[in-house]
Amino acid sequence: MKMHARTEAPSETAPEATPSWPEDIFAILQRFDVRQVPYVPDAGHSQLIERVLGASSMRAVPLTTEEEGVALLAGAWAGGQRGVLLMQSSGVGNCVNMLSLTQIFRFPFLTLVTMRGEWGEFNPWQVPMGSSTQGVFELSGIKVLRASHAEEVREVVEAAAGQAYNACTPTAVLLSQRLIGAKVFTK
Amino acid sequence: MSKANLLDRRSVVSSLLAERKDAIVVGGLGASTYDIAAAGDHDRNLYLWGAMGGAVMIGLGIALAQPDLPVVVITGDGEMLMGMGSLATVGLQKPKNLTIVVLDNEVYGETGGQASHTAATADLVGVARACGIADSRAIPTMAEIEAFAPSMQDISNGPRFASIKIDSANLERVLSSRDGQFTVTRIRGALGFRPI
Repeated sequence: MKMHARTEAPSETAPEATPSWPEDIFAILQRFDVRQVPYVPDAGHSQLIERVLGASSMRAVPLTTEEEGVALLAGAWAGGQRGVLLMQSSGVGNCVNMLSLTQIFRFPFLTLVTMRGEWGEFNPWQVPMGSSTQGVFELSGIKVLRASHAEEVREVVEAAAGQAYNACTPTAVLLSQRLIGAKVFTK
Repeated sequence: MSKANLLDRRSVVSSLLAERKDAIVVGGLGASTYDIAAAGDHDRNLYLWGAMGGAVMIGLGIALAQPDLPVVVITGDGEMLMGMGSLATVGLQKPKNLTIVVLDNEVYGETGGQASHTAATADLVGVARACGIADSRAIPTMAEIEAFAPSMQDISNGPRFASIKIDSANLERVLSSRDGQFTVTRIRGALGFRPI
């Protein structure tokens, strides 16, 4: 039973078995001196989470629900550290009221969201939240950038981190299901 | 509603914060924030007027960023119930410098005094302990509050969790600043961080 398998991403976007874009993200987070990394796990973030767990300069903080991560990053900022929230699209809806903090504190909020409910989705339960993810962010005052191909991840995440940390502009990067590969459910 | 043996919330908080030294204090949405303001404004106070359920996680973020400073979260039972999962997150991280204090009046005082879950069934001390916060206790008397307060300065022995049953009387509001940017910038300034 391979519940967590994903299809091979299209060959023109990610030819390697181990894609390099999570490494690109990790390098950017290191360069921006990101210290706290709250997350609710997602298969699409698994490689990055492994890197964060192995990094002495970063504190990985597993959450019970994604809104905890928004509050954690507000506290990190009050205490002088930067952070990034890793989650999947279904978790974005869990954050809505807590996203008020990004406007109230005007702190450098950055989140990297792996998308479900699009691009060949098998599970209909992922579609409603996946379809409203971008709208929820925009209604909450969060700027949204998207990366759909492996080769654009680096510059998109770099731009997002730049505007979040340098300009305190709350920003979400949506990592497309096209990039990550649709999850395959097999018996 | 009022029971004779319950503590006065203002006395509890002013006792806890009387010798706060360099501690950073986070006040949860509602009357807890008024209690902290009543104990005296301070440039290391973070007052929450919203983000219900977020107080403990904000405290955790500060505690991880500033491991050499005591961090104290003071919040109410309703606010704590909304963020109960954050006790599991704290139990996992085990920040040695974090203290969580719940002022438990068993009601939602800001909204008309409706009963909260702690009035009947929910045991927050049990929840905190079961989430891995070994030092979790109920504090029933002012003498024990006064004995507990210095332990909040101990940054080698946390996290710790205390539930204090307080009288549910609605007291006069003591309004803190409602400007989040002001308070967060003020705390950062006190810690030596400049605005962007």
